Amino acid sequence: MIEILNIKKGFGEKIVINDVSAVFQTGKCNLIIGTSGSGKTVLMKCLVGLFEPDSGEIIYDGKNFSEMNEDHRKELRQSIGMLFQGSALFDSQTVEQNVMFPLDMFTKKTSAEKLKRVNEVLDRVNLQGANKKFPAEISGGMKKRVGIARAIVLNPKYLFCDEPNSGLDPQTSLLIDKLIKEITLEYNITTIVNTHDMNSVMEIGDHIMYMYQGIKEWEGSNKEIIFSKNKLLNDFIFASEFLRDAKDMRMLEVKGKIDNNRNMDELLK
Amino acid sequence: MKFFTEFGRYLLLLRGMFSRPENGKMYWKEFMHQCSEIGIGSLGIVAIISIFMGAVSTLQTAYQLVSPFIPLSTIAQIVRDTVILEFSPTLVCIVLAGVVGSKIASELGNMRVSEQIDALEIMGINTKSYLVMPKLMAAIIVIPMLVVISAVLGIIGGRLAGTLTGILSPAQFDKGLHQFFKPYNVFFAMAKAYTFAFIISSIPAFYGYNVSGGALEIGRASTKSVVVSCVLVLFADYVLSAVLL
Repeated sequence: MIEILNIKKGFGEKIVINDVSAVFQTGKCNLIIGTSGSGKTVLMKCLVGLFEPDSGEIIYDGKNFSEMNEDHRKELRQSIGMLFQGSALFDSQTVEQNVMFPLDMFTKKTSAEKLKRVNEVLDRVNLQGANKKFPAEISGGMKKRVGIARAIVLNPKYLFCDEPNSGLDPQTSLLIDKLIKEITLEYNITTIVNTHDMNSVMEIGDHIMYMYQGIKEWEGSNKEIIFSKNKLLNDFIFASEFLRDAKDMRMLEVKGKIDNNRNMDELLK
Repeated sequence: MKFFTEFGRYLLLLRGMFSRPENGKMYWKEFMHQCSEIGIGSLGIVAIISIFMGAVSTLQTAYQLVSPFIPLSTIAQIVRDTVILEFSPTLVCIVLAGVVGSKIASELGNMRVSEQIDALEIMGINTKSYLVMPKLMAAIIVIPMLVVISAVLGIIGGRLAGTLTGILSPAQFDKGLHQFFKPYNVFFAMAKAYTFAFIISSIPAFYGYNVSGGALEIGRASTKSVVVSCVLVLFADYVLSAVLL
């Protein structure tokens, strides 16, 4: 479990994160959503220690990250896996070398043991046989999966994903979402995903935090989000007229006032 | 003011490099890789420059020494001392500032922009130590070796040019080469080589490591690092000459 308390972060005069508190539960996909510039990425970078918050506390399973010295942080970071927006794979290394890198750096396993573990995680992300390929030779979706494989190779307790679906087609996005969800449940880890992809929100959002201009505007689950009365959240989720109409129909359907299928057909005409 | 800010950040980068390696074997692997990249990767250009540098020195010295009272072997002495004192350490290091410096800056810049450095940080690796230190150490070990090779090749180039053009015989050249040789000159050349090696690896590492933005900024950082390195090499050359000679 990761708990954040009254996190504030600014750059010069501009306050990017303003007094945000939240609890991210273990074994759940915790989503941070919001428009571009709402502070999602900055918050995630604060959580993993790439940025130092101006004030507030970040607590990893009872351990206060903000008060840790560099050695303790290093230790904790070995239980953190992160998938970056651009995958952040090492260009000069093959898929196998990329995934093996954390094992090489932090374990004393033999080469055979390391290779076995690499093949296990590559199998897990459905990338059998891609071992010898370089990042430049694989697709965007495959890169993301290699990124996930590298993030989970050391059996992390915490998984961070920064916009895992950016630049991917809807089908591949769904595959990546499902993979993240499955891994979260399988390894019982605390997963935090930064996204503005509504498919992800509905598919894997066990716990969703909506941010607007650096402030936590709304919090709930994917079951609750659709019925939320928060105007800013609704403007974000139902940005297009089509989606607004679809939502209205869903609401009416729930109330049992109209036949959803008939009206959807009419709308699509 | 900006100069002091940048200088402070440069010192912090250098200080940040000193920490216990997470895995000595991986650091050693990276160090050896950098030695190969910097040393073997630059050997070709260093050899070509050195041979022609020595050859041109011989021809130009002969052109300027027109007095019949000066023995021809003096040409070899002048070529030897010029190559050892100035051409090999300074000229080669200025070329290496372009070859090695731009490579270091663009490699680190690309890693920064594509979040590879962030990925390493999150894994719990001291990126200053893992990415910058091996480059710096490799440069400090390998560049003086390149300077020695350059001096030898420069003298061979000068000897070849003197012989091929008939300016002086190989025997005359060899005689001049041995006359009034001061081993201190080699010490001076090595002092310069070590200083320049530090400059041409640490400055590009600083600019590359601190890139923010995209491809355009990587190019800018690379260019800036080469310019600053060259200016600092020339400045250090003057200071070392004033202090040590």
